[in-house]
Amino acid sequence: MKYESQGVAKLYFIAALALFTAQIIFGLIMAFQYVVGDFLFPEIPFNVARMVHTNTLIVWLLFGFMGAAYYLVPEESERELHSPMLAKLLFWVFLVAAGLTVAGYLLVPYSTLAELTMNDLLPTMGREFLEQPTITKLGIVVVALGFLFNIGMTILSGRKTVINIVLLTGLLGLAVFFLFSFYNPANLVLDKYWWWWTVHLWVEGVWELILGSILAFVLIKTTGVDREVIEKWLYIIIAMALITGIIGTGHHYYWIGTPEYWQLLGSVFSALEPIPFFMMTVFAFNMVNQRRKDHPNKAAVLWALGCAVMAFLGAGVWGFLHTLAPVNYYTHGTQITAAHGHMAFYGAYAMIVLAMISYSMPFMTHGKPANSNKAQVVEMWGFWLMTISIVFITLFLTGAGILQVWLQRMGDNPQSFMSAQDSVAVFYWLRFAAGWFFLGGLVVYLYSFFVGGEPQEESA
Amino acid sequence: MSDKFTKSMARNIFIGGSLFFFLLFVGLTFDTMGSLPKRDHRENITPQVANGKMLWEENNCIGCHTLLGEGAYFAPELGNVYTRFGQNKEVIKAFIASRPVEGIPGRRSMPQFNLDDQQLDDLAEFLKWTSEIDTNNWPPNVQG
Ligand code: HEM
Ligand code: HEM
Ligand SMILES: [Fe+2]
Repeated sequence: MKYESQGVAKLYFIAALALFTAQIIFGLIMAFQYVVGDFLFPEIPFNVARMVHTNTLIVWLLFGFMGAAYYLVPEESERELHSPMLAKLLFWVFLVAAGLTVAGYLLVPYSTLAELTMNDLLPTMGREFLEQPTITKLGIVVVALGFLFNIGMTILSGRKTVINIVLLTGLLGLAVFFLFSFYNPANLVLDKYWWWWTVHLWVEGVWELILGSILAFVLIKTTGVDREVIEKWLYIIIAMALITGIIGTGHHYYWIGTPEYWQLLGSVFSALEPIPFFMMTVFAFNMVNQRRKDHPNKAAVLWALGCAVMAFLGAGVWGFLHTLAPVNYYTHGTQITAAHGHMAFYGAYAMIVLAMISYSMPFMTHGKPANSNKAQVVEMWGFWLMTISIVFITLFLTGAGILQVWLQRMGDNPQSFMSAQDSVAVFYWLRFAAGWFFLGGLVVYLYSFFVGGEPQEESA
Repeated sequence: MSDKFTKSMARNIFIGGSLFFFLLFVGLTFDTMGSLPKRDHRENITPQVANGKMLWEENNCIGCHTLLGEGAYFAPELGNVYTRFGQNKEVIKAFIASRPVEGIPGRRSMPQFNLDDQQLDDLAEFLKWTSEIDTNNWPPNVQG
C-alpha cells in the first residue's frame, strides 16, 4: 500500500463479502423452493428471497466497485484520497441503507413497505432488480455523488492515467444510467423500454469499463508489463464494448411491444458483443505470458485469469446462445436466461471484485504483497470450488431450460408452465446440490482470510 | 498489438465509436417512441389500468412471474394470462382471490394478497390491456 488512505477499501470489501454470503444463502433457499414449493411459505415467499438474492448481489458489487476505486485511484493518481473521512462516512450510510432495505423486505409484506416508504409519491418499486424503496434509490444516488466527487477530485488533482480515467468514466456512467430507474410511466411498454437503459446499459455497457480498468490495474501490478501496451488494449476493449453493446440493447426489444426492426438490429449488434469479452481473455493471458516478474500473489493472478475466461463463457458464449431473435423467440424468459445470468454475473463482475480483493487485501492487512503460501492454497480451493459450482449450476439450468422450451413452447401439444416445471425437476435438484458446493467454496474462501502464516515478499 | 496502431488511435476509436453509436441509439429511440402508440394502444390505459400496474408493482408480482418474458421464472407468464384464461377477467380475479393463506402443501404457492374487489378488477384490467400489446407474436403459444 503506497498511500495510507487506500486502506478505506478494506471496510468496503468486508461489507461486500458479508453481503455476498447473504446472497448465496438466499439463493439456496430459492433453489429449495424450486423443488419443495412451500418451503418457508408464507414467511419468506419466493419473491422475497429473490429480491434479497438479487439486491444483495447488486449492492455487494457496488461495494466492491467502490472499494476497488478507493484502492486503485490513489495509487494511480499518486496522491492520497481527497477525503478519507467522506469515504468512511458514505460507507456507513450505504451499509445502513442496505441493511434497512433488506430488513424491510424480510420483516413486512412488500405492499406494506411500499406504503411505509410512500411509494405513491414517486412510484419506482416492484420492478425486477429495482425493487428498492424510492427513498433507498435516492440514498444510492447521494452515496454515488459523494463517492464520485471524492475520487473525481483525487484524479483531477493527481496523475491522470488511462486506467483511472476509464474507471471514472465507467462509474459516472453507472450513476447516470441509474437515474432511469426513477422513470416509471403507467405505460408498461415505455416502462420496460427505459428499464433496460439501467439494466442492459449497465452490465453490457458502462460496467465493462469498470471491469476493464480493474483488470488492467491488476495485470499491470502483477505482471509488470509496460503500461503503454496495457492501456492500448484497454481502450480497444472498451471501444468494442460500447460499439456493440449500445445498439445491442435491441436484444431486449424483440417482444415487449417495440417495433420489429429491433430484431435485426439487436441480433446483429448483440451477436458482436462477445468480441470485447474474447479480447479480455486474450489480453489477460497475453499479459501473464509476457510478464516481466513473478508476482508472489498467485491467487490474484488466478482470479484475474479466471475472471477473463468466465466472463467470456458466461456473457460471450451463453449470451450468444440465446441472443439471435429467432432463438430468443423460444428461449425468452426461461431457465436459459437464468443460466446465462448466473455465469455472466459471477464470471464478469463477482470475479473482478474478488480479483481486486485478492490483490489488495494482503497490502491492507500486513503490508506485504502476498499472503502465506498456505493461505493462498486455501483461497485457490475457494476459487475452484465456487467457479466449478457455477459452471454446473449453469449447465443444469441450461438443461432445464432446453427441456422447458421443448415441452412448453414447441410441438402441437404444449404443456402448461407448471407441468413442464414438474417434468424438469431433476435438474432443479441437481442445481440445488451444486448450490451447496458453491456455499462450501465460499466458506473455504472466507476461511482463507484467517489462515495466517508468514506473508510473502516481492520476489526478484 | 503492432506499434503502428497507437494508443491515441485506440482512444479515438473509443470516443468516436461510442459517441456515434450512442447518438444512433438516441435516434432509434426517437423513432421507436413515434411508432409505439399504434402498438401499445395507450388510448386504452384507463386510470383502472394504471392503478392495476401500481398494484402489480406494490405486490412484487414480478418476483415470481414473467410479464412479456421478463421477471422471475418461478411461476407462469402473465402477459397472455387473459387469453389463457379464456378472455375472462372474472377467472383471473377468482384465481388471485382464492389463494390459500398457508399455501399448498409441497407445491409452489402464491401468497394471499388480500385485495378488495376493486383492486382485483384493476389488476385484471391491467393484465387485459397487457395482453393486447403488439408483441410480434410472442409468446409462441398460449402456455406462455
Ligand atoms: C457481463 C455481462 C452480462 C451480464 C452480467 C448479463 C446478465 C443478464 C441477466 C441477469 C439477464 C436477465 C435479465 C432479466 O432478468 O430479464 C440477461 C438477459 C439477456 N442477456 Fe445478458 N448479460 C451479460 C452479457 C450478455 C451478452 C454479451 C449477451 C449477448 C451476446 C447477452 C444476451 C442476453 C440476452 C439475449 C438476454 C435476454 C434473455 C431473455 O430473452 O430472456 N448478455 N443478461
Ligand atoms: C448457491 C448458489 C446460487 C443459487 C442456488 C442461486 C439460485 C437462484 C435462483 C433460484 C434464482 C431465481 C430464478 C428465478 O427467477 O426463477 C436466482 C436468480 C439470480 N441469481 Fe442466483 N443463485 C446462486 C448464486 C448466484 C451467484 C453467485 C450469482 C452472481 C454472482 C447469482 C446471480 C443471480 C441473478 C443475476 C439472478 C437473476 C437472474 C435472472 O433474472 O435471469 N446467483 N438465483
Ligand atoms: Fe442485454
